[in-house]
This record gives sequence, C-alpha cells and structure tokens, in this order.
Amino acid sequence: MLGWEFPPFISGGLGTACYGLTRAMDQLGMEVTFVLPKMVESKYVTHVKLLTPGSKTSASPFKPKDLKNVRFRTISSLLQPYSTPEVYQQRVEDILRQKQKVRRDNAGSASPLVISKDYSNDMYTEVYRYAAMAAELAATEQFDVVHAHDWMTYPAGIAVAAISGKPLVVHVHSTEFDRSGEHVNQMIYDIERQGMEGADKVIAVSHLTRNIVISRYGISGEKVEVVYNGVERNGSWFLSETSIDKDEKIVLFLGRITMQKGPEYFLQAAKKVLELMDNVKFVMAGSGDMMHRAIEMAAGLGIGHKVLFTGFLRGEDVQRIYKMADLYVMPSVSEPFGIAPLEALDNDVPVIISKQSGVSEVLMHALKVDFWDVNEIANKIIAVLKYPPLQMTLRSHGSFEVRKLRWEDSASKCVRIYKEVQAAHLEPAGVV
Amino acid sequence: MPSVCFYFQVHQPVRLRHYTVFDRNDQYFDDHKNGLICRKVANKCYLPANRLLLDIIRRYEGRFKVSYSITGVLLEQLQRYSPEVLSTFDALAQTGCVEFLAETYYHSLSFLYSHDEFVEQVNKHIEAIDYFFGQKPRIFRNTELIYNNDLAAIVESMGKFDAIITEGADHILGFRSPNFVYQPNGCNTLKLLLKNYSLSDDIAFRFSNRDWPQWPLTAGKFAGWIGNVNGNGNVVNLFMDYETFGEHQWEDTGIFDFMRHLPEEVLKHPDNDFQTPSEVVQRYGSTDRVDVPHIISWADTERDLSAWLGNAMQSNAIHELYRLEKKIKRTNDEKIITDWRKLQASDHFYYMCTKYFADGDVHKYFNPYESPYDSYINFMNVLDNLHRRCSERPAQSTTNSLIGVESQNKNPPDLQPAN
Repeated sequence: MLGWEFPPFISGGLGTACYGLTRAMDQLGMEVTFVLPKMVESKYVTHVKLLTPGSKTSASPFKPKDLKNVRFRTISSLLQPYSTPEVYQQRVEDILRQKQKVRRDNAGSASPLVISKDYSNDMYTEVYRYAAMAAELAATEQFDVVHAHDWMTYPAGIAVAAISGKPLVVHVHSTEFDRSGEHVNQMIYDIERQGMEGADKVIAVSHLTRNIVISRYGISGEKVEVVYNGVERNGSWFLSETSIDKDEKIVLFLGRITMQKGPEYFLQAAKKVLELMDNVKFVMAGSGDMMHRAIEMAAGLGIGHKVLFTGFLRGEDVQRIYKMADLYVMPSVSEPFGIAPLEALDNDVPVIISKQSGVSEVLMHALKVDFWDVNEIANKIIAVLKYPPLQMTLRSHGSFEVRKLRWEDSASKCVRIYKEVQAAHLEPAGVV
Repeated sequence: MPSVCFYFQVHQPVRLRHYTVFDRNDQYFDDHKNGLICRKVANKCYLPANRLLLDIIRRYEGRFKVSYSITGVLLEQLQRYSPEVLSTFDALAQTGCVEFLAETYYHSLSFLYSHDEFVEQVNKHIEAIDYFFGQKPRIFRNTELIYNNDLAAIVESMGKFDAIITEGADHILGFRSPNFVYQPNGCNTLKLLLKNYSLSDDIAFRFSNRDWPQWPLTAGKFAGWIGNVNGNGNVVNLFMDYETFGEHQWEDTGIFDFMRHLPEEVLKHPDNDFQTPSEVVQRYGSTDRVDVPHIISWADTERDLSAWLGNAMQSNAIHELYRLEKKIKRTNDEKIITDWRKLQASDHFYYMCTKYFADGDVHKYFNPYESPYDSYINFMNVLDNLHRRCSERPAQSTTNSLIGVESQNKNPPDLQPAN
C-alpha cells in the first residue's frame, strides 16, 4: 500500500481514507505493508516523526499497537498530500535557506551545501525519485498486490509493480479536475493518466469520480470500480461543556479553504442568511490557499463580525467544533467523495452537501444543494436553524444512516478487487 | 352469490412550487407542473379508463356498475386543465350505473385535527358532486380510508350518509371476513363497508409484478378467486386508486384488457353481480359490529397514520397548519382560506415521510421532491408566508366569520359548469 498520513496528524480526507481502509484490512486479517513519505526537516515534521525509529533514509519497519497485520515503511521525502508544485518549490527553498543559515552559524563544520538525497528540486522529479526509492524498498518486501493512493504515488506504484511483476491497483481519491477545475496542470494530468492506464484496476471513490476517470482520462469503464469511503465511529467523546451562548446558532464549514471546496458560496449564503436572521455565527475551520481571500470577502460582504476563522483544527478540537455546531455545510464545487459530512453526522450534526459530491450518492438523510445556488443554500440553512423538527429528523436518521457506511465494507470490496487482479495475473495475498 | 363492488379513488393534489424563505408573494402553487401532471394522467389513465368503463357499462346494459370518489381539488384541476375528463365522468354519471361518494373536498386529514373544518369540507364536496354530476352522495369515505369509532359517530351525526367505507384491516376484523356488511360500534343506522385488501391489492399492486407466483393475472383467474367467496361472503369490495389503470400499472401490463374482460368472467357465474356501495348497503343487513378504537388507514403494511404523521417534521407541519385555523377564518379572506385548505391535502405530509425513504420505494415514486426534507422546508416556508398574510390583514367583520366561509361554499365561485 503506497499511502499517506496516519493519525494523529491528518490534514485531510486522503489520510483519513488510507487509515480507515488499512485499519479495516488489518481487522480482516490482510497483511499490509504501508509505505509513506517521511518529512525530512524538523520544521515540517508531521506524523512520521512520531512513528519513525529515527533512521534518516528509508527504513526500519514499525507497528502501531492496534494494527496487528500492518507494517510501516517510510521514505524520506518532501511529498505531502494536497501539495502543489509551487508550494513544493517554496518548501525546498525554505529548507535551503535554513541550511545556509545553519551552515553560517556553524561556520567551519563540514555541512555540504548540496541538495540532499532526501528531496529533489521540483515536485515532478521528487515524485519520480520517490518512485525509485519505493522500488528499491519493495525489493526487500513480500507482497501480492500493489495499491497506490492518488497521483503522487502512481509512478511509485508503476515502478514497484514493474519490478515485482505484481498487479497494480490505483485508488483515485481526487483528480486534477477536482482540484483545479478546468485549469489542469498538464504534468499532473499526465502522471494521473499513466497511473490509471498502467493499473490493472482503478478504484474510484464515487460514481462521480468514476465518470471523470472514464470521460476525462479515457479509461475503459470495465476497469474502473467504485468503492465508497466509510467513516470511523468515534464512540463517546467526553468533552467539557463549552461555554457558548446557545442563543447563538453556529453554522460550520470544515475543510481546506480552497477553490475546490467552494468557500465563497458559503460566505455568500451566510450573507443571505444574515439578512433574515441575526443570531447566527458562521465558522470556517480549515486553512488553504483561499483563506486570505475568504477573510477579505467576509469583510467585503459586511459580515466579518459574523464569520470566525479558526485555522486548521485537529483531534479534539474537531470534536469540540462539531459539538458546538448546529449545522455543517459543504458547498464543494467538486468533491470526489467527502468524508467530513459523514464525520459531522457521526457527531450528530446535520449536513447540507453539494450535489456535486460523491458522498451525496450514499447519503439520503442530508440536505442537498447545487454549490452555485446560494439562495437555496441559505434557504436550507435558515430552515434547519428555524425548525427544530427538521434538525431532529435529519440528525436521528443521519446518524443511523452513517453507521451503515463502514470501512470494513470498503476493505472487503478492495479485497475482492485484489483477488480479481490476482486471478488475472494467475498468482496467489499481502499488499504493498 | 357475491356482489362485486368497485370503488375508485380519483385524486391529484395541488402541488406547491419551489418556495424559499426569501419568497414574498402569495403564489404558492405550481400551476405549470400541476397542469402538466393533470394532462398526463388524463391521457394515460382517466380518459382511457373512463371510455373503457363507459363501453363496458353500455355493453352489459346495467349489469356492470362502479363507484368513484373524486376529490374537489381534482375536479377544479380537471376543469382547468382537462375538461374532457369531466365530460366523460359526466357521461358515466348519466348511465345510472355509477355512484359518487363523498369525502373531504381537499383530501385532508381534517378529521384528526378539526371537526368543524372536517364537516365544512365534506359539505363542500357534497355540493360539488351534486353540481357536477347531479348526485347527492350517500356513502362516505375518509381521506386514505382513515377511520375509527369517532369518525363513524361524526359521520352518522351529520345525518346524510347510509354507510362509510374503510380498510378491512386484519387487526380490526380478527377471524371475521371483510366480505360482509358491518356496523360501526356505537352507530345505529350507519353501516360499514370494508375493503378486501387482498383481492384489491392483487389488481392495484401485484398485477404487473413478475415475481408474484400468480403472475400473469387473467380476468378468468381473478373471477375464480371471487367465486371462492361464494358461501362465506356477500360482497367483495374492491377499492383502489383509479390511477391503477394506466398510471401505476402501465397500459402495456395489460391492465385495461384485464378490466375489459373481467365483467364477462365474473358474470359467467349466474349468482355473481356488480353493485354500487349504496345498493350493497340496501341489499344486505349488517352481520356484526366492528369496534375500531384506534385509527386505521389503507396505507403501507402498517395500515396506520405513520405515512403522514410518522416523524417529527410531519407532526410539526400539520400542527402548525391547524393551529392557524381561527386566525385564517377570521380574515374572511377567500383566497387566504382556500390557500390554507389546499395546504391540508394529505399528500403534502406524505411527501415528508422518511419511512422507507432510503429504499426508494412507492413513496418516492409519488414524490415531486428530491427528499422529505425538501418538502418540509418548502411547506414551512409557504405556511410562514400564509401566517404573515393573516397578520397583515386586519380581521374584517368578526361576527359570524365561520358562517361567512360556509356561505361561500354554497356556490363555489371556483367551479364552473363543465362543457
């Protein structure tokens, strides 16, 4: 399994999905070797720091307690989910600058000013460097199927499959069209397409995504299967009562503040709601490249005092914000799946989701809107805040419905797909 | 010697348009969509079925009979969108073999919430039937066959009816058969006709179901089942939606051919005949009393109210609606009162049903909304506006406002003679 991020440091749905799926496979008794990039510089440390044994290059396997059949292998790399070539470039420059500074500070000591072998100058090269290292690592592992998650790991998947002669499954959690609209980055598109073409099977997280894979990437429909994401039940969270004035209703946006997530539609709807209702606050939890624009826009609409930006939340803070919220809104322009609404429902928060999302294929007990229909979003927000029976019915049916979306089912489907591709390869199970 | 008694329910609601919290006008109803659906159902069901039954009635010269209950809101819509349907119903009325039943004009659940409003709506419907078809109904059916002892008592006290129709639910009958005439508990003159749901649903629901072991259902086979009642029943009450013909069961299922041949097959046996509900009530005395303390209906497998009042949204919407009754009537504003009454149609609450919603069954098929939640939001937005209109309008003459409403009913201004 060529995947991403593990708890407690998860920056989005991709990490959540990799974790949920892997955990469920573990419970099914599948043996999984989970390969993921490890950050190099302490400044950018995320999860891996916690999990690594400390060796600088790729390396020694480790096992979190609750996963019996999963082994982790890390590869030092600057790759991060949701990154863009520009962000990557920025990061590399920062690191070089820092190194120079360190070098100046320790003048005399022998620290070479060359690009480390832990990362490349640009993201594309890095993706291929990562692939080469993954192939090297794979040579020391036993497995039957290669499963790669999203484009940055596709080249690695292709390389590992080629060297080992094992079948390749690529898992499409999002495409360049979801992230960038019609302004696709041709190089990323090409990598995605090569991955899908090179794969024995393509797993799409929704029919919405499956259609994109078929129509935009020219992949034959027989090769593309839909496996919906699940949701991890949290059980009871004991949180101290928050001191919010409950006369104030809270409408929540939780996700990356990027074009794809439709933050501007959330704000425009907020403006309309506030024309008719006063006792409402709109919370935007998350960060992203449109965050500054969103703040400016809220101010420009004259609702700055009603919109709160929390920045990126994790762990218990997420639970806390759900506990405060009366309603969760996901006005995504394009959402291949969308795990966050399931988590909201799991936390008893009713949801409004855009019809342009994969999750709307599986959720019946949710309010659905076209992301551009600001009037309708506002109409529905007001209805939920104004009519307790609506909120009650959505909540009770929704939390029941969400319980049926289990990672075990997603994992079982993946296992079936593995068996199919293996049969096609005439080989006996284990996964990289 | 069983008599076969057909009663067809004929109804289309006045559907709401998409109405948001930002809307401010009093145009609540989607005239375009209602017209479209009315004409579509007219072409697929009402016109071909009426012509077929007219044919059969003429062919059998008085030996084939049926009855209808047509809601007031449908009569209005037919007049507006599809007057030819009204003339074919009129032609049926002229044959003398067709009986029209009474119900609430607005296909409402008013019996459950306001007895005054209930009685007003029943009276308004009686006038409409008299006006269109020259009959004064003697048989009552409540919306969705909703029934209990209290309803029977009210209907008897109105002094206008000989019998009432409801569902032959197992739990009210116990070991007894629905194929007899009964009397409601607590009534002296009123009789009770019970739907034979098994045979009715064979036509209405199972007819085209290829997984049903009895498929395909032929007229001969069905007449045989009716014949089986011989010796342990007087009447087989086949009650169903008229839209069964051509709309729920499409023409290509053979439903029209089935009906075309049924009279012949039933009448092959000299003891069998067709009767209207009034004839049944006159011919057969009641065999027993039926006690129905709890409310029943003909809906779903539960035969209860859960399709309209099963969740918090439904019960909230209907309570808010009837809570406005006094305020609405006090305005004496004909448009406001009519709008309020059109909102009472049980369909609006049926659309909010979350039961089976995720399974995409029959509830969904009849639902113009994408989800029960959308329908609740829309309804509440309309109701909110209606409420506002009452408040904006100072009460006019407060004396006898209810009688004022009553007098409008005498000559419904919205009803014009059919051509």
